[in-house]
Amino acid sequence: MIDLTLLADGGIGWIDASGPASPLVLSTRIRLARNLAGRPFATRSSAEDREAIAEAVAGAVAGTEALGRAASFRLDRLDLRDRLLLHERHLVSKELAGLGGEPAPVGAMLLVQGRVGAMVNEEDHLRLQGVVSGFALDAAYAEVDRLDSELGQRLAFAFHPEFGYLSACPTNVGTGLRASVLIHLPGLVLTKEISKVLQGLAQVGLAVRGLYGEGSEVVGNFFQLSNQTTLGKSERDLLDHLGKMVREVMTYEEEARAVLLRDARAVIEDKVWRAYGLLRYARAISYEEAMNLLSGVRLGVGLQVIPDVGFYALNKMLVHTQPAHLASAHGVAIDDPSLAVHRADFVRTLLQDEGRRAG
Amino acid sequence: MTCQQCGEREAVVLLKKVEGGEVRVMHLCERCAAERGVPEGDESAKTPLGAFLAAMGGDAPGESPLSSAAALAECPGCGATLQDFRRTGRLGCATCWTTFEGPLRGLVRRVHGATRHVGEFYAQPGAEPADQAAVVRRLREQLAVAVSDENFEQAAELRDRLRGLE
Ligand SMILES: [Zn+2]
Ligand SMILES: [Zn+2]
Repeated sequence: MIDLTLLADGGIGWIDASGPASPLVLSTRIRLARNLAGRPFATRSSAEDREAIAEAVAGAVAGTEALGRAASFRLDRLDLRDRLLLHERHLVSKELAGLGGEPAPVGAMLLVQGRVGAMVNEEDHLRLQGVVSGFALDAAYAEVDRLDSELGQRLAFAFHPEFGYLSACPTNVGTGLRASVLIHLPGLVLTKEISKVLQGLAQVGLAVRGLYGEGSEVVGNFFQLSNQTTLGKSERDLLDHLGKMVREVMTYEEEARAVLLRDARAVIEDKVWRAYGLLRYARAISYEEAMNLLSGVRLGVGLQVIPDVGFYALNKMLVHTQPAHLASAHGVAIDDPSLAVHRADFVRTLLQDEGRRAG
Repeated sequence: MTCQQCGEREAVVLLKKVEGGEVRVMHLCERCAAERGVPEGDESAKTPLGAFLAAMGGDAPGESPLSSAAALAECPGCGATLQDFRRTGRLGCATCWTTFEGPLRGLVRRVHGATRHVGEFYAQPGAEPADQAAVVRRLREQLAVAVSDENFEQAAELRDRLRGLE
């Protein structure tokens, strides 16, 4: 079992909701795809290659500021619950965690220290990541850029003068940069404006994904917005473009919420208080139901209809009601039927404490 | 997970639908997905990468982006061929990028709308000064092209990079 005390903030410092615009934007994450020169990419690499890559990376990070004190996990040696837990924290991809139908690849490793992390032996040898609270592209980039510079001096990255940083998949070549913003858009969903907005984003080259990234479903009105292309624009331009679009989406969302309050106040108040009531008193809740109810309560808090619930508590409930989190906390399997009861207990207690704290 | 429609077969398709403003998600088996009009096969066929890979195999009508010589070439770094790339959608090693430079440039243009990296420049640790000189030469060439294309944004980037190196 994973000892998460090894992780200073459990690798999820962003849940404290301390960042800019954190009622709307939960987190900003930026990842850089990097490969080591002279080593085959994942599709052509042997188990020995992969072990050697893991070893080279572990050696290189040892002296660094960014990852020198990192907690390190070998995903190919962890049990299912722990791998799922790390995935639920957005620290590893489904593939690297061996959750995509195939087992975790040999040499699959995660390094994490505070706001930065590295996946090793994913599709690319290295996927460096910086994650911060709220809408803060510059802060997230500063974190991952520092890690990238430190590692780039210790390891030889594959770089081509024309194509830039080389990747296993041509969709990641160039900067290797994928920035994504996890945003809550219940107003646009309720006013039925969401499909229009999502189509607009696709037209300006942004990708929209669900809560867990590529191929994942949209739950609880949480969307991940990210840049689609990685080459032909500088890092700065990619971030500026995404930032501009996210700010626009935030404005649309605020407008949608204002419309809801103006035209359907009673309906909205009823909807969000019902969500609160269920979370506050129910005795068994499925994950999907919890996500939808949390979305409702989050909207209610954002609209200042529901007082006395903080965004930190809302984020905590999102993270800790996930199956592997509950299963680890209670020492049961990830499909244990008791999880629905534990989930209801967790949110009930937290909302009770929030109410008491506010007096 | 079992199919949410028939509750019998294993769900293999994730159907995402915007219904009345709500984004609804359903896990469906292949048969139920087909009943609901989800096209069989991979969505990726609609992406530039998917289309390119399909065209490389000659599945798609029209001109193939590959000459037969390139199709037979083998990467000296890893032994991969373009057929391998077509099958997996992934390159075998960094050398593949120079071995298959021509076809990849076309693909990169279609995917990214550009072929030249204009972001951060990277020099491997202990890079020979000679390599640096080659990089500077290459950047100057790129700068000349950018200027003649009136791509001023890119030209400014390249100038910054050159300034950083000289
Ligand atoms: Zn079915
Ligand atoms: Zn190769």
